Amino acid sequence: MSAQGFLLLAAALFATGLYGALSQQSIVMLMMGLELMINGVLVAAGASWYYFAPARADGQVLVLVAITVMALEMAMGFAVTIAVFRARDVDMTEGASELGG
Amino acid sequence: MIAGIAFWALAALAVAGGVAVFVVDSMARATFALLVSFLAVGLTFLLIDLQYLGVLVILMMIMEMCVMAVFMIMFMMNPGGLMPMTMVHNPRGAALIAAVVFVSLAAGALAVPPPPRRGAPPADPARALGLSIMGDKMLVMMIIGVAILATMIASVVLAVHGGRYAAGRSRSR
Repeated sequence: MSAQGFLLLAAALFATGLYGALSQQSIVMLMMGLELMINGVLVAAGASWYYFAPARADGQVLVLVAITVMALEMAMGFAVTIAVFRARDVDMTEGASELGG
Repeated sequence: MIAGIAFWALAALAVAGGVAVFVVDSMARATFALLVSFLAVGLTFLLIDLQYLGVLVILMMIMEMCVMAVFMIMFMMNPGGLMPMTMVHNPRGAALIAAVVFVSLAAGALAVPPPPRRGAPPADPARALGLSIMGDKMLVMMIIGVAILATMIASVVLAVHGGRYAAGRSRSR
């Protein structure tokens, strides 16, 4: 257990989530990838607090912010997904391309 | 020593859960695989004195994933995972980008010497966190409060009839 171990875990979670966010067609599965990426950020922030600067609470505050942002992202993501689905029966990323150039 | 074994076991579990999210055949199972990943991360926090945040992650993610499972089942085109589910575009490119990102992040984590530790963990990290967010980090919490309010308003606006994406308005295009 070391700072390197935690950062490796964070990198693995972030990369796995990035793969999902890039490759999944379903909008809700794409959001799962985003959540996994934020999971990696949580690990990195918590480990940075403990191993690099435990005297100040900055790392802990960052974890708190990331958790909150994750919950907000999920709420807004599902709201938009359901609104788009209700408007035109689209639940795939390819279908929601109105803003595409 | 025991903490080290526990950490690597939990790390392996977290990554395995994360990989399982995109491997299993059912979106409901994917949600619970994500929950396993979050629970393992919450438990690793208990190893580094972050009892409050670890328990917060565990409790919050259990609730969040239960809510998410409901939405996942709503959007699931393959109930129960009876058929193989592959809904990916450009998986090879995505895997390549993810691998490059992992290798560069891991190289950074391993190659750069870690900065020296400044100070020691306080006796009660949760107390330090509480004093911090009620003290010099209060602006952060105030902005988050506004963001939460904006999210609530925005989700209501999206949910009501006749909103931005209401049926009828966009079909006319």
